[in-house]
Amino acid sequence: MVDTIIVPLLKIAVLINALLVSVTFLVLMERKVIAWAQSRLGPMRAGPYGILQALADPIKLILKEDITPAKADKYVFTLAPIMSLVPALVAFAVIPFGPDPFYYISDINVGLLFILSVTSIGVYGIILGGWASNSKYPLLASLRASAQLISYEIAVSMTLVSVILTAGTLSLVGIVEAQLESGIWFGFVQPVAFALVFIGGLAETNRVPFDLPEAETELTGGFHTEYSGMRFSLFFLAEYANIIVISAVVAILFLGGWLRPFPNVAALSFLDVVPAWIWFIGKIFVFLYVFIWLRATLPRYRYDQLMSLGWKLFIPIAIGNLVLTAIAKVAF
Amino acid sequence: MIGVIGVMVRRNIIIIFMSIELILNAVNINLIALSHQLQDMAGQVFVVFVIAVAAAEAAVGLGILIAYYRNKETVNIDEIQLMRW
Amino acid sequence: MAEAIAFYTLAALILGLGIMVVSARSAVHSVLFLVMNFLLVAVLYVILGAEYVAVIQVLVYAGGIVVLYLFVVMLVNLKREPEQFSDPRRLGKLGTLLAGAVLAQVIGIAVYSSTRGTTQPVTGGLGSDTPFLTGNTEQLGWVLYTSYLIPFELASMLLLVAMVGAIVLAKKNL
Repeated sequence: MVDTIIVPLLKIAVLINALLVSVTFLVLMERKVIAWAQSRLGPMRAGPYGILQALADPIKLILKEDITPAKADKYVFTLAPIMSLVPALVAFAVIPFGPDPFYYISDINVGLLFILSVTSIGVYGIILGGWASNSKYPLLASLRASAQLISYEIAVSMTLVSVILTAGTLSLVGIVEAQLESGIWFGFVQPVAFALVFIGGLAETNRVPFDLPEAETELTGGFHTEYSGMRFSLFFLAEYANIIVISAVVAILFLGGWLRPFPNVAALSFLDVVPAWIWFIGKIFVFLYVFIWLRATLPRYRYDQLMSLGWKLFIPIAIGNLVLTAIAKVAF
Repeated sequence: MIGVIGVMVRRNIIIIFMSIELILNAVNINLIALSHQLQDMAGQVFVVFVIAVAAAEAAVGLGILIAYYRNKETVNIDEIQLMRW
Repeated sequence: MAEAIAFYTLAALILGLGIMVVSARSAVHSVLFLVMNFLLVAVLYVILGAEYVAVIQVLVYAGGIVVLYLFVVMLVNLKREPEQFSDPRRLGKLGTLLAGAVLAQVIGIAVYSSTRGTTQPVTGGLGSDTPFLTGNTEQLGWVLYTSYLIPFELASMLLLVAMVGAIVLAKKNL
């Protein structure tokens, strides 16, 4: 009774708290890193080196006035940010931070597919957000954004199938253990899939270079134009939580999750003193940094270039990768 | 059954389509429950096919609807009577 | 005991949401209730031990098909307000009559089969203690590729044809 209900509830509480706090720090980290890339210092006033900025931003957003457009659909308007945030958080239910059952909330047989399906529910938040604002520009922007998301979902799903073929299982813990057995991170076995999932992840979370839906210079700010205060912050949180989810998934699939480099080579076992979850969080950090780095450096794709890239380039590459993986699996 | 009422009673054709999806879903629930009861995998296999067919039918149906809507600007099923004499 | 409570609340919610899908005033609300319906049905599948089908249901049905419906609803509703409610004179009575007939049939079948069928022990799923030796995914994949290969191929051809058809239909200059 205690084991099956109380402990997971505690874990969920801890995890959600940790996630939301880290999202606020991620916002700060992004501003700092972009600033350093542009030879300036970023937020420096709140607290030492601007660390308390992460606290100041949410306080500001909470204290803002909560405006609902006059003719907007009240229920849908409130529901849309919730439908954006909840899937991002739910996806964390199956992400393992370490090999022990202590480190993850649950490991279901179809973990990878679960994350994929939960991400598709997140698309609803964007569509409904744009529609509920009852004005033309957010609606069009949200339709474009969601079309982008579902196109790249297809490419990412097909690539993930080839990774599943390599690992032989859909459960995330199983994938990491498959990497432990074979002694090599799947990023080296499947570099094409690695690149595709990473770029697809960029597109899925509306990040540069695919951030047309939310760029401030396009269509007056995208689908969250009419949102302010707490609702806007929910959208914001959802986006950054999605970034963390995608980083975590890429880290698990291609970089060995919680394994140290060269997990089977006994000579490096002195690295085992670093606990497994620190390796995992370190890898997530690497990907977060790369996300932010890309935002600071790359220009934006135009919408038709973006869509043609997704459909005409990524899907054939994903299918080709899948066929090659299948052939390699059968041949060896 | 709720889907059947929906198909009969509503006039917006999109809601009719959604009621059809409800009917298909009800069939699916039946199949999975029976497959669980009888310990036979055939039920679940069939459900996968039903989902696939439902996806195909929804895509084509909505395509037809959009093509129609471009010409006629209505989704009221009483007014969709191109085939009527 | 706990599963029975869970199941009945789930079933009641699914039915309730179904009624709301059919009777909501604005089409967008209908779509939203449909999504919630599908998500709850997926939970039902998990209770019944078919977790792969549950996830596929969310991914394909709730995540793809209903998104398509939402798109179409929004494109179509851009110019119209929600329709007036159903025509009570002829369609309402006929519809309820037909549905009542279907329900009577179903009840008849249930009563008939319960007087003759044997109940088998239910294994797998939420309340059992048999572990998932081969998971639902592997079982499904095995059966799909061996005994049901031909329907599988036919289904994929059907999907291909449907995809081409949908693209052709949606083109502007036909």
